[in-house]
Amino acid sequence: MEHITLLIGIVIVTALVFDFTNGFHDTANAMATTISTGALQPKIAVAMSASLNLVGAFLSVEVAKTISGGIIDESAGIRPEVIFAGLVGAIVWNLLTWLAGLPSSSSHALFGGLIGATLVSVGTDGVHGGAVVMKVLIPAVAAPIVAGIASMAATRLTYRLARNRDEQETAKGYRAGQIASAALVSLAHGTNDAQKTMGVITLALITGGVVAPHADPPLWVIASAGLAIALGTYLGGWRIIRTMGKGITDIQPPQGFAAQTGAAATILASSHLGFALSTTQVCSGSVMGSGLGRKGGVGRWSTAVRMVVAWCLTLPAAGLVSAGAALLADQGDWGVAAVAILALGVCGAIFAASRRKPIDHTHVNEAPEPAGVVTAALQTVTPPPAGQTVPAQEAAGAITPANGAGAPRAKTASLTS
Amino acid sequence: MSIDWAALGQVFGVTLVVTVGIVGLFTVGIVGTARTTQQEGAAAGAGAPGAGARIGAYAAFAVCAAAVAYGIYLIVAA
Repeated sequence: MEHITLLIGIVIVTALVFDFTNGFHDTANAMATTISTGALQPKIAVAMSASLNLVGAFLSVEVAKTISGGIIDESAGIRPEVIFAGLVGAIVWNLLTWLAGLPSSSSHALFGGLIGATLVSVGTDGVHGGAVVMKVLIPAVAAPIVAGIASMAATRLTYRLARNRDEQETAKGYRAGQIASAALVSLAHGTNDAQKTMGVITLALITGGVVAPHADPPLWVIASAGLAIALGTYLGGWRIIRTMGKGITDIQPPQGFAAQTGAAATILASSHLGFALSTTQVCSGSVMGSGLGRKGGVGRWSTAVRMVVAWCLTLPAAGLVSAGAALLADQGDWGVAAVAILALGVCGAIFAASRRKPIDHTHVNEAPEPAGVVTAALQTVTPPPAGQTVPAQEAAGAITPANGAGAPRAKTASLTS
Repeated sequence: MSIDWAALGQVFGVTLVVTVGIVGLFTVGIVGTARTTQQEGAAAGAGAPGAGARIGAYAAFAVCAAAVAYGIYLIVAA
């Protein structure tokens, strides 16, 4: 039993790492438009989202139960190695898309990874094909369309109704409304996505015989999953936030409000009516819809196309990585160790690559164009994630891209004050 | 393998109605409490909303708040 305990321990740690990547991958869903319209300061936005995710994790365990008993057939001989391999694929894909700044679905990465690993280790019997189509493929296509159309209609309507009003004054109202919608999205995200990890950990515990089949996740599982996702959310996937907040379209306060409300409505309606849609795809779709709904709004279709390609690739790519990992892990203890070492190496390489062009809360609202000389220089001077202690003048300098006067002016300001 | 078109259609319909409804109502609230666009040289406060518009606006905001509360209820009860 000693051996199984160690392996399950590895699986649990890996699941929490996945949960963490899930958190910072999906911060953008709730907070990208909130940050880009200026409704909330970047740091405050991620802190609020993180706390709501944590609260959400404790609210219910319904989703956790369906993950451990839905798509994968637990009785077909799923072992902890298989779950481990599935998680590795999901983590690697999540990090790659984060590096590219693409909002792809963390849930799809997880499903893809689990399916790939199960197919290799157990065979086709281990996967419920019908459940995959109903729970993954159809929602993937439907989510952006449903949310996009709703947000587009809402954006049109709100611009029409408020066309005679002072924009400065209405913007305040829109921002307040947007914060409420974003809070709902964060809470819903916590109840859904933290539970996916709980489901996976519970699945691992069940396969290892630690808890009985169809049991509720133990409290320590709920708490650790909630904390992991909240931590990830707080650190913020600034790359993805920038793509979603600035890359797809330029978002005005009315659009941000319409998009976020549309996303919240879609997520709640779909999860309540038993047709769960991917949060990421819902939010991206509603941002696109709000871009289409404003006259003169710019849609950056190249970004949208890259994003859709990433969505299509998520399931097979995570599946392939996991299939490879499963092949290796099936060789025995040394295989599992090899997979763990390889995965650590890949994660380290991706992280190193991300440090070359870091993106953080100080300049998350820039359009994703090449940074100016001043911005680049400031990035090398500014210490990496320095919490909220980044001096105001440095942040101000970093926000004005390619502005030669930005840094000197900021310095004079700080000298005279 | 059958696609549950009814559930999908239901999700689409509910989402569309709720989103447009809430955004519309909230906009009514904003419009009711905001000044109209100021003309050059117009007297200050000329665009201020009347009492009726204000009451309507607060009612609209109240409905939106209720919708948010229902949303939280759905998340908690799910």
